[in-house]
Amino acid sequence: MKTVEELDRIRKQAQAMTRLREGKETTRIVVGMGTCGIAAGARETLSAIMDELAKRNIQDVVVTQTGCVGLCEQEPIVDVIRPGSARVTYGKVTKEKARQIVANHIVNGQVVGEWVIASA
Amino acid sequence: MEFYRSHVLVCGGTPCVLEGCKGVRDALIAEVKRRGLDREVKVVETGCLGPCDLGPVIVVYPEGTLYQKVHVPDVPEIVEEHLLKGRVVTRLVGEGLQAGVVKYEEPTYLGVQERIVLRNCGVIDPESIEEYIARDGYRALAKCLTEMKPEEVIDAVKKSGLVGRGGAAFPTGLKWNFTARADADQKYILCNADEGEPGTFKDRLILEGDPHSILEGMAVAGYAVGADKGFIYVRGEYGLSIERLGKAIEQAKALGLLGPDIFGSGFSFDVEIRKGAGAYVCGEETALIESIEGNRGEPRIKPPYPGTEGLFGKPTVVNNVETIVNVPPILLNGPDWFRRFGTERCPGTKVFTLTGDINNKGLIEVPMGITLRRVIYEIGGGIPGGRGFKMAQTGGTSGGCLPKELLDVPMDYFTLPEHGSALGSGALLIMDDTHCIVDIAECFMRFFEHESCGKCTPCREGTARMRGIVGKIARGEGKPEDLDLLDELGSAMQVSSLCGLGQAAPVPIKTMLRYFRDEFESHINDRLCPTGTCGT
Repeated sequence: MKTVEELDRIRKQAQAMTRLREGKETTRIVVGMGTCGIAAGARETLSAIMDELAKRNIQDVVVTQTGCVGLCEQEPIVDVIRPGSARVTYGKVTKEKARQIVANHIVNGQVVGEWVIASA
Repeated sequence: MEFYRSHVLVCGGTPCVLEGCKGVRDALIAEVKRRGLDREVKVVETGCLGPCDLGPVIVVYPEGTLYQKVHVPDVPEIVEEHLLKGRVVTRLVGEGLQAGVVKYEEPTYLGVQERIVLRNCGVIDPESIEEYIARDGYRALAKCLTEMKPEEVIDAVKKSGLVGRGGAAFPTGLKWNFTARADADQKYILCNADEGEPGTFKDRLILEGDPHSILEGMAVAGYAVGADKGFIYVRGEYGLSIERLGKAIEQAKALGLLGPDIFGSGFSFDVEIRKGAGAYVCGEETALIESIEGNRGEPRIKPPYPGTEGLFGKPTVVNNVETIVNVPPILLNGPDWFRRFGTERCPGTKVFTLTGDINNKGLIEVPMGITLRRVIYEIGGGIPGGRGFKMAQTGGTSGGCLPKELLDVPMDYFTLPEHGSALGSGALLIMDDTHCIVDIAECFMRFFEHESCGKCTPCREGTARMRGIVGKIARGEGKPEDLDLLDELGSAMQVSSLCGLGQAAPVPIKTMLRYFRDEFESHINDRLCPTGTCGT
């Protein structure tokens, strides 16, 4: 290695891959993956979210799952929690809607009002 | 670039390997793939996470959930419940560690700790140089080579107040200075990884968990003193350490972080591994040097000290693993940052290995000056079965034994000697009230008698005589004057032995005589072992 810039470049790339172990406060997307969620297609929803984030090279978002919250009718349910703002819950999130939510809510900061079922 | 939503860290330290973590890792990888999660979930083998008694241990991120005693049959449940559905498998959580410890970063366990040396242990994949670089790896080396003069590097280490963590507590900056000032065509950096103190396994777990930090620290030391060659003298039994160090050296060479002209500065540095053959005395720096040179591992007469006349007669810096690993963060963050931890006289942290009668056995790192009480009852989770604390031996077998009256003494390199003990290499052996002091004393002396290299008379004869006298007391054949004889013999060994082995061997007995004299006396006067251990 001949320059410090070279080291910096490797560090930035590698940091993106290990960020999720640092436990820092970041935006979280939570997908309901109870039996009801999975039956309603939550696996595809989650895959679509992952794929969309990867495509857009977004690294500071944590994607996790949760169990049934009791609103099985609305599954697949997706929560978006941004640091400092209220949790937004979307219902009946198909894989197409999931991609939209990433584009509008995560990237542009615009809540997709018509799919929101709760906000707290 | 791959993007994963979850990382599963499987502890790959030796204690977990012995519990079968490799099988668990393979099963996790297979199960994650079978469930079609292999593009979303990454399984990473990492270095020691700390709670060694609870292995195999795994941590699932981003939640940071700590699972203990995970075996292959548990894997499908973890994958289905946690990785697929996001539900914590509660039956594998928080049993052995203090009740309720679910998350790895829990304040009652990791929260009391301060991780400088172990900053990457259990966080990164030790076989990936990229993950080390992600955590600011090799940045200190880059800073030294491109922004600092060698004298400035030594100055920073001096100002930090870092002292040797192998046990002798010699100021590291001063040591470097001796070698830097010596005039020679060749100088060496030696990393002492011949960790032989019974009960100490911190260097092993650092080597396994973060091998690159040793290479970086050695390269910085090399730049500071003008050495272009380093050797790591590691115990032959440390198979995993040797394997991971070897891989780390290869990776660093491939990226040009070791080798010629690093960062275009004209500074070159190379590291080689030398394996020890298991002699306790080879942890002594001059015996270690003899062993690398291919001679019998026996200590040299000092002076000359290695700093001016060491390996192959050339000026040599010999530093312990933990000391070296402290170097990169000190240079990166500055000496003032380092002095924020620990005490005024003894800044920084200390890595301890907790063993014996304690609930949470394992590897911890705490600020210098923490009390024994906090280590045992906060991090260690207390003594099993609610039994009483009898004594703690600090610093391994050659360290002193502290009674419960000293539970609140701050532990650092300068305070413990005031009580006849030593911080040493950082082994903490806790014993409950079922153990007999005389029995333990005999066990310790048997170890020293066996490990004495025999070169100097005080150590060779002294360890054998002390073992004999203590054995006699244990058998109920002791005489009252034996206790003074033990004390006198110990003092003679401390002042006349050639190296640290003979000088430190009497320390445990001397502290036992100081704090537990009544137990010796009851063996001698009443022919009675209070705990019923000895056959008096």
